[in-house]
Amino acid sequence: MELIWDGIREAARLWWAGDAQIIEITLRTLAISSAATALALVVGIPLGAVLALRRFWGRGLLVASVNTGMGMPPVVIGLLVALVLWRSGPLGGLDQIYTPTAMVIAQLLLSLPMVVGFSLASIQSINPRLIGQMWAMGANRWQVLWLLIRETRLGLLAAVMAGFGAAISEVGASLQVGGNLAGETRVLTTAMVLETGRGNFEVAIALGVVLVVLAFAVNIILTAVQQRRFIT
Amino acid sequence: MTGSDAHLQVRDLSVQRGGVEVLDIGEIDIPRGQVTVVIGPNGCGKSTLLGALQLVLHPTRGELLLDGAPMSADPVGTRRRMSAAFQEPLLLSMSVQSNVELPLRLRGVGRDQRRRAADLWLERFGVAHLADRHARQLSGGEAQRVSLARAFASQPEVMLLDEPFAGVDAPTRAGLIADFAQILSVTRPTTVLVTHDRDEALRLGDYAVLLIDGRVRQTGEPLDVFDHPLDREVAEFVGMDNVIERSRWPWRIAAGGGYVCVRSEQLSLSRGSGAVVRQVELIGPMVSVSVDVDGVSLAAQVSRPQWSAIGVGVGDEVAVCADAEAIHIIAAEDERSG
Repeated sequence: MELIWDGIREAARLWWAGDAQIIEITLRTLAISSAATALALVVGIPLGAVLALRRFWGRGLLVASVNTGMGMPPVVIGLLVALVLWRSGPLGGLDQIYTPTAMVIAQLLLSLPMVVGFSLASIQSINPRLIGQMWAMGANRWQVLWLLIRETRLGLLAAVMAGFGAAISEVGASLQVGGNLAGETRVLTTAMVLETGRGNFEVAIALGVVLVVLAFAVNIILTAVQQRRFIT
Repeated sequence: MTGSDAHLQVRDLSVQRGGVEVLDIGEIDIPRGQVTVVIGPNGCGKSTLLGALQLVLHPTRGELLLDGAPMSADPVGTRRRMSAAFQEPLLLSMSVQSNVELPLRLRGVGRDQRRRAADLWLERFGVAHLADRHARQLSGGEAQRVSLARAFASQPEVMLLDEPFAGVDAPTRAGLIADFAQILSVTRPTTVLVTHDRDEALRLGDYAVLLIDGRVRQTGEPLDVFDHPLDREVAEFVGMDNVIERSRWPWRIAAGGGYVCVRSEQLSLSRGSGAVVRQVELIGPMVSVSVDVDGVSLAAQVSRPQWSAIGVGVGDEVAVCADAEAIHIIAAEDERSG
């Protein structure tokens, strides 16, 4: 019991002192996971829209893949990305293994199925006649996509939350492709694994609190936006 | 109508759904600046035709022309010369003002001009006071007015309307149709109005296209189509509830094949003999009476006071009289083509 209390006390002290290492790791975590989520949104929302609105050969297989992807273990994604980026792998020449870029790619692949799945579900729930009206009003392809995003913004916020949550909380893939290099690819989750292994529970607790607070803060903001009654 | 009057032209159009041909149209010319009403029974292909004109469904064959040029060459450009309103208001979840401005926004029109257009059309449809409301806070009738204001705001050359008054309750509807008719008479876009309502078609239409089973069965002035159906099915659709084979018609008439048609309200009943009352049914202020004349069953309709004045019941005899002007004769196929 004392171990836990000491840990919490030490974590508070580290926070109070504004520990440079913790701040650095936190900022890097936010940067990598936000980049991955942003990319997942840019790719995933149009993909979700196409899956929701178009009927084409192989659509069923794609939807099944998306659903599988939503439950894909991060270590599998990590392994795949590591294989591709490994020095002797197909994209080894890019020399990106153990870099933040590699971590963004891995997290992107983890959050993409979430974004596609949630976008697909919310765009599919739109009245098809409303989409017909969008075309009839003279919208081009991109304007229809913009109107769809606008109409489904509440559902799409769920996609953002799920995508960001998947990215920031995973640890396996980040270790595999990032390597947990201090000052380069160490993020909150990988640092926690390391500090727990070393028995530095106070640091691990401090990092854990940051991670939970971050995840909570992002979701509080998004939920507040989502639950505003009428967004114009 | 000559080809040069036609704003929209449909040529040899076929639309299939699930392998079944639901629309097969040889030719329709939609006259410029007039209201063309597309009428026909449920499932006749009215809405499918409108969907084809909006370029939202893919015909298996055929051509659609706007001012003589194929519409499919530039779908977005073509749609931007038209606008549409449906039975559902189909407003987006934004303010009323933004909804009405949206078609202009999609066309890249500047903010001030958009605002002026929205103000004007909301005013004309009597909903200017709702401009700042969210679309979700409107009643059905209000939403439909906003939807029509939106359709007019981009000042389209062509207006495509699919039963825009059908979802609105009766009292609201009369006012809306009156306002709509007034606005149409001033702006006069080429309008295609799909409706199942005879009064609406007669009131708003300059030209009627009647579809049955996905095919054009009759075109012409609405009143003419309603009073002079070309065949039996059209006659039944336009409300001719007595369609009797010419050889069985109980009164004197020029010999020939085909059918004799007359609306039930144009058969008058009086005290006398010649027909036997078979069935009496009260329909609102009217009484629907089924009578038998020489073995031919005819439907007549009289007002309640008239019926009480005649004072007969089922099994009694009455006199039936058909106004010669109300009788319409459909010639037999072979006589018509010859």
